[in-house]
Amino acid sequence: MKNRDEIAERLAASGYIADGELATAISLMQSLRRPLLLEGEAGVGKTEVAKALAALHTTELIRLQCYEGLDQSAALYEWNYQRQLLAIQAHQGQNASEVEDQIFSEKYLLERPLLAAIRREEPPVLLIDEIDRADDEFEAFLLELLSDFQISIPELGTIKATSIPLVVLTSNGTRELSDALRRRCLYHYVDYPDVDREARIIMARVQGASASLALQIARMVENIRKEDLRKVPGVAETLDWAVALIGLDIRDLHDDPEIVHETLMCLLKTREDKARFKPEITAKLLGKVA
Amino acid sequence: MSGSGKSPIDHDVDRLVATRLAGFVTTLRDNAFAVGSREGKDAAAVIAEGYGECPELLRSAFKHLFSTRKADWDKFDGIFDAFWLGKRVKSRSTITGASKPVNNPSLKSLQDRNAERGDGEQAFDQMPSPEDPPNGRGEGRMEGASQAINLAEVDFRKMSDPDQITQAHAAAAQLAQAMRSRLTRRYLARRHGYRLDIRRTIHANIAHGGTPITLVKRRRKDKPLRLVVLLDASGSMSMYTAVFIRFIHGMLDEFHEAEAFLFHTQLAHVSDAMKERDPARALDRLSMMAQGAGGGTRIGLCLQTFNRWHAARVIHSRTCVMIVSDGYETGDANLLGREMAQLTKRCRRVVWLNPMAGWDGYAPEAAGIKAALPHVDLYAPANTLESLLALEPYLAKL
Repeated sequence: MKNRDEIAERLAASGYIADGELATAISLMQSLRRPLLLEGEAGVGKTEVAKALAALHTTELIRLQCYEGLDQSAALYEWNYQRQLLAIQAHQGQNASEVEDQIFSEKYLLERPLLAAIRREEPPVLLIDEIDRADDEFEAFLLELLSDFQISIPELGTIKATSIPLVVLTSNGTRELSDALRRRCLYHYVDYPDVDREARIIMARVQGASASLALQIARMVENIRKEDLRKVPGVAETLDWAVALIGLDIRDLHDDPEIVHETLMCLLKTREDKARFKPEITAKLLGKVA
Repeated sequence: MSGSGKSPIDHDVDRLVATRLAGFVTTLRDNAFAVGSREGKDAAAVIAEGYGECPELLRSAFKHLFSTRKADWDKFDGIFDAFWLGKRVKSRSTITGASKPVNNPSLKSLQDRNAERGDGEQAFDQMPSPEDPPNGRGEGRMEGASQAINLAEVDFRKMSDPDQITQAHAAAAQLAQAMRSRLTRRYLARRHGYRLDIRRTIHANIAHGGTPITLVKRRRKDKPLRLVVLLDASGSMSMYTAVFIRFIHGMLDEFHEAEAFLFHTQLAHVSDAMKERDPARALDRLSMMAQGAGGGTRIGLCLQTFNRWHAARVIHSRTCVMIVSDGYETGDANLLGREMAQLTKRCRRVVWLNPMAGWDGYAPEAAGIKAALPHVDLYAPANTLESLLALEPYLAKL
């Protein structure tokens, strides 16, 4: 068993402040060889986990961004049609089946993320981002790939994985994922970090953030999250805000409540939320921040 | 306990661990976790890797392994503690020697509680509910009596003959089916290949020396419309609930994608319970879930819950939301208006079916319905089968 404290430490070194549970998940991922499914609100740092994981293993990160209508030719492989057409012209007059053999060889194959991930010498980290945006059919296809780690290309035959990648899937919950896919994966729910961890994240990510300011920002953001908002600010927004405050040379949130209020646009991303947050509310929340 | 060359004692310990693990897996299944045999095997591997040294670590490891969704994730710790730590188990040796799950009092109570509530419990909404689920049931059987000649024109609440009711149910299911096929036919008629499929084109033209003579086109992918039904199950609606539940049952069967919610003072996601093959049993399960029916209706609050927790998951741009309610709001009518406005932004169409609207002399005077109407695309009566059937052409155009 890999020591999970050690994993958490090494993640922290690469700029990701993990909680103990995530470290457990990562060590389990290695010992059970299962993909990790991360769910959580937008902006809590799901994608960052994969990046940190790649840094942890000092290996390549291959990313597949899912969207509606994503199909095999964008995710798996594609033939290089231009080259194929040229080759057919160049070999005119030859036996048709010979030409076919030639143009459907590896030379004419374009790797897409999924194929690339299983053909590396060193196992990479494969990030399948926002799987809930892809169609059901693609999910089913992915399931097959994740269980066998082999791909069959009709013209070429079956390609077996040379190395099994570490797979991280993320989902925002815009669509219910199939039970089959869920069962194949380890599950981790990424929640908004607590004040302590968020302060540490700010200090790790934002240059020039003092401990006291980071803590103040984290407390303030926690209070804001408790308000009834349409779009709750994530960690990414917190970092934006911290950068903005430091850029405006704020050392303490109580120094200049006006600037604090004005910079809240880094956190509040809808008109309704912005309209709800009157200066008095900001002042009230600031009062709660020691 | 890993590695080869085990002593007989090791084997005994292994067997005990396996038994205990099997018990845990069963408990999880009772609590609606989707756990297969593979998870069981992996769990044994996890223990063999040394995660069993410390309960905290084991809990965290099992949590990742056995959970498949947020609901599981949230309740896992409680189940784990009840099962493994119920007897203040601190070390692995005690874990392995612990008694069977049924003899474990804390666990047993957990199981009993679960059995009592039935499977529907976990389908309840994430909204924290202050009241305990009461255990009375019996809702929404139709009352009144009238021997009418034309069934299609009989108000649902006046039907009492079981045959008539069955007939009404069948018609509702049939309607759902008719609506579905209309809904999808429009997409079929538009199916012309509009993009070249280069891969197949090249393949098809190798014999022509690469000159693309035969073109292969890609077809447009069919995307079914999704229907989300929100059914009011409050006291004022009780006479209609049964028929509409049958109607929803038909919808869930016939539509590729449909979701159903029930609301009164709180909102419940009922699609799973409704997928019960037998409508009568579905009704039983539902009446267990829809406790508090017969009280007031807080439509605004329920819609808020829906918008906040469910909408992102169940609604997309091809969704039609159908609200079946009489619009008697006991909560804040302004909230209802606001939430309706939000809902309208999210989905393609909002249909409001009101059984009362078919009554003689009814006018939408209630504060709730007044606030909601500006945001509704179609407002229609739905107290007879005829009025439901009249919706078909409109729904087909969505």
